Amino acid sequence: MLDIKDLHAAIGGNEILRGLSLAVGAGEVHAIMGPNGSGKSTLAQVIAGHEDYEVTSGSVQYEGRDLLELAPEERAREGIFLGFQYPVEIPGVNNAYLLKAAVNAKRQHEGKDEIDAFEFLKLAREKMAALGMDPKFLNRGVNEGFSGGEKKRNEILQMAMLEPKLAVLDETDSGLDIDALKAVAEGVNALRSPERAIVLVTHYQRLLDYIEPDRVHVLSEGRIVRSGDKSLALELEEKGYEWVREAANA
Amino acid sequence: MATEPENLEQLVNRRYKHGFVTDIASEGLPPGLDEDVVRAISAIKQEPEFLLEWRLRAYRLWREMAEPDWAHVHYPKIDYDAISYYSAPKSDKDRPKSLDEVDPKLLETYDKLGIPLHERAKLAGVAVDAVFDSVSVATTFKKKLADAGVIFCSFSEAVREHPELVRKYLGSVVPQRDNFFAALNSAVFSDGSFVYIPKGVRCPMELSTYFRINAANTGQFERTLIVADEGSHVSYLEGCTAPMRDENQLHAAVVELVALKDAEIKYSTVQNWYPGDEEGRGGIYNFVTKRGDCRGANSKISWTQVETGSAITWKYPSCILRGDNSVGEFYSVAVANNYQQADTGTKMIHIGRNTRSTIVSKGISAGKAQNAYRGLVRVMPQAEGARNHTQCDSLLIGKECGAHTFPYMEIRNPTAKVEHEATTSKISADQLFYCRQRGIAEEDAVNMIVNGFCKEVFNELPMEFAVEAQALLNVSLEGAVG
Ligand SMILES: Nc1ncnc2c1ncn2[C@@H]1O[C@H](COP(=O)(O)OP(=O)(O)OP(=O)(O)O)[C@@H](O)[C@H]1O
Ligand SMILES: [Mg+2]
Repeated sequence: MLDIKDLHAAIGGNEILRGLSLAVGAGEVHAIMGPNGSGKSTLAQVIAGHEDYEVTSGSVQYEGRDLLELAPEERAREGIFLGFQYPVEIPGVNNAYLLKAAVNAKRQHEGKDEIDAFEFLKLAREKMAALGMDPKFLNRGVNEGFSGGEKKRNEILQMAMLEPKLAVLDETDSGLDIDALKAVAEGVNALRSPERAIVLVTHYQRLLDYIEPDRVHVLSEGRIVRSGDKSLALELEEKGYEWVREAANA
Repeated sequence: MATEPENLEQLVNRRYKHGFVTDIASEGLPPGLDEDVVRAISAIKQEPEFLLEWRLRAYRLWREMAEPDWAHVHYPKIDYDAISYYSAPKSDKDRPKSLDEVDPKLLETYDKLGIPLHERAKLAGVAVDAVFDSVSVATTFKKKLADAGVIFCSFSEAVREHPELVRKYLGSVVPQRDNFFAALNSAVFSDGSFVYIPKGVRCPMELSTYFRINAANTGQFERTLIVADEGSHVSYLEGCTAPMRDENQLHAAVVELVALKDAEIKYSTVQNWYPGDEEGRGGIYNFVTKRGDCRGANSKISWTQVETGSAITWKYPSCILRGDNSVGEFYSVAVANNYQQADTGTKMIHIGRNTRSTIVSKGISAGKAQNAYRGLVRVMPQAEGARNHTQCDSLLIGKECGAHTFPYMEIRNPTAKVEHEATTSKISADQLFYCRQRGIAEEDAVNMIVNGFCKEVFNELPMEFAVEAQALLNVSLEGAVG
């Protein structure tokens, strides 16, 4: 589904990704771990098409197409979802309004009619209930004054409504209380299917207790330095990143 | 045949050959302004003596006044002798025969705004024979108003049919000498609207200039007078979301509102004068004096405006809170794009006791535009317990535009409570990227954010107007990003 080859990307003239390769197949869940500043969010932003990041070489294929050719909104409509590490606040824009606009943008792209207002509300309320979110959040400004955890839940709500083919969740587990963590994990697990793929960026094993990954990768200095199955995450927790770095440099 | 007013004869002997009135009525006045021109305008309109005297007084005051230069706007000097102060109604011969002859770009805009076909023809100035459905609509409308005792007509008609009301209230809110443009308007005003709501009447419908009978060609010096008698209520809609083109660059209108005891006037404007092309050429200069007088106790005047047009806008709808417990409100969205310059705001003058005012101003600047808010809150010594809340927000789109805020406060009563809040925000790249990542195109994202920013003001507009205003804003900001 997603095939990244020897990707180099820079921001503000600094090369952050330095030859990153990663293949994610349909139906798979991959976890990406790695020290602060290693380039995890950069990778997520490049997949989503953020224009501040310059791809200097390498390729990204998505469902057999050149992803780098597409504008961010086109990528989204084609089923790519990014759960932001720091979701932005948009004061004054109604949360429900954004959500509906997003759902309709995708539906239009797929040649479907706009979602019926009643059906939309019903669906949104259902998903919110599953995430333990108060329906009041629908009528607030997008992320406006939300707590850290509330913002993350809101990301998962959007994901649940949009049903992406490829979801990249950038530290969606950070800052969550234990109930929220479970709710988020359930949201992600509900999305798991043979047609979909999920990439989880995380620092903690505890998320992986709830969402079992097929593959775990360690990113360091813009490259994937080690990949393995779920046991790699456990090993990392025990030994820390020094261990992988040493192994990589050896 | 109507008898000619007395001043006509004097006039004839002064400057023009006999029969000039018909000539002018069909050909317009040559450019230039002097007392004779003022007399000629009054004569063509067959006005009573008092009005001619009133105009002449205004003209003499105007001649002594200097054009204001303190607004935060810049424009080439206007040559007042190059303007014709009476232009004849356009004959059908000079107008486009059908929409096929109209600038396609204008039609495209109508389309985007969702304006019905028959209205497009009217807006674009197409010569239409049958006045489509609006004839019957207007007739029912007129009957309903008459049954309620409401007077709603063109200013000229009011001068003919209700001279005592005109005489009593004209200039009682905006005196002739008020300012340069108001004086000019007072001397040469062409036509406009007149509304009178009798005591205790709640006007049965929203009054819209669109339905005004005999509305043709109000021209560049429009005059509006609305009087709400004791305990009455009226909501008035001015303007139109469709872009209005006009060969006259200078527009100087005057609007006067009078609310007597317990009366309420809600005045909503959506203005979309042609702002000029991307370089700022050919746009309208809009210098307007709008003022409401809460003359009686417990009266209320509320201004709501959405301004997107004009090359230059200079406009301060204001309230004089004379009656005890009277309330003044000002809700405004002003958009400036490309080379537009807007200098708008309000004045709230607290005179009565326990008077309250609310100001919500939302300024949006894009392109190379400059948008200034200028507001005055004045609390007079006798205005015990006066309160004001001002919220003044600016939104910047792009790097080359500017927003300026000039709040003035003159508080002369220690019991007054005055609050001012101001914010400036930018549509951030992160916000746009967030929306785009959710599949929403950049332009739609901008619209969404802008509409969110303006929500407080849109909520004050009558429902249908609000929808139109929103569409208008989206069209005005097209291409503002990227
Ligand atoms: N605009 C910029 N100019 C220069 N360097 C930048 C810029 N933006 C990000 N970086 C750098 O890129 C590197 C990678 O950042 P990134 O956000 O991808 O890290 P991360 O792996 O997600 O870290 P964390 O675990 O803390 O979220 C960091 O060293 C960061 O300082
Ligand atoms: Mg990160």
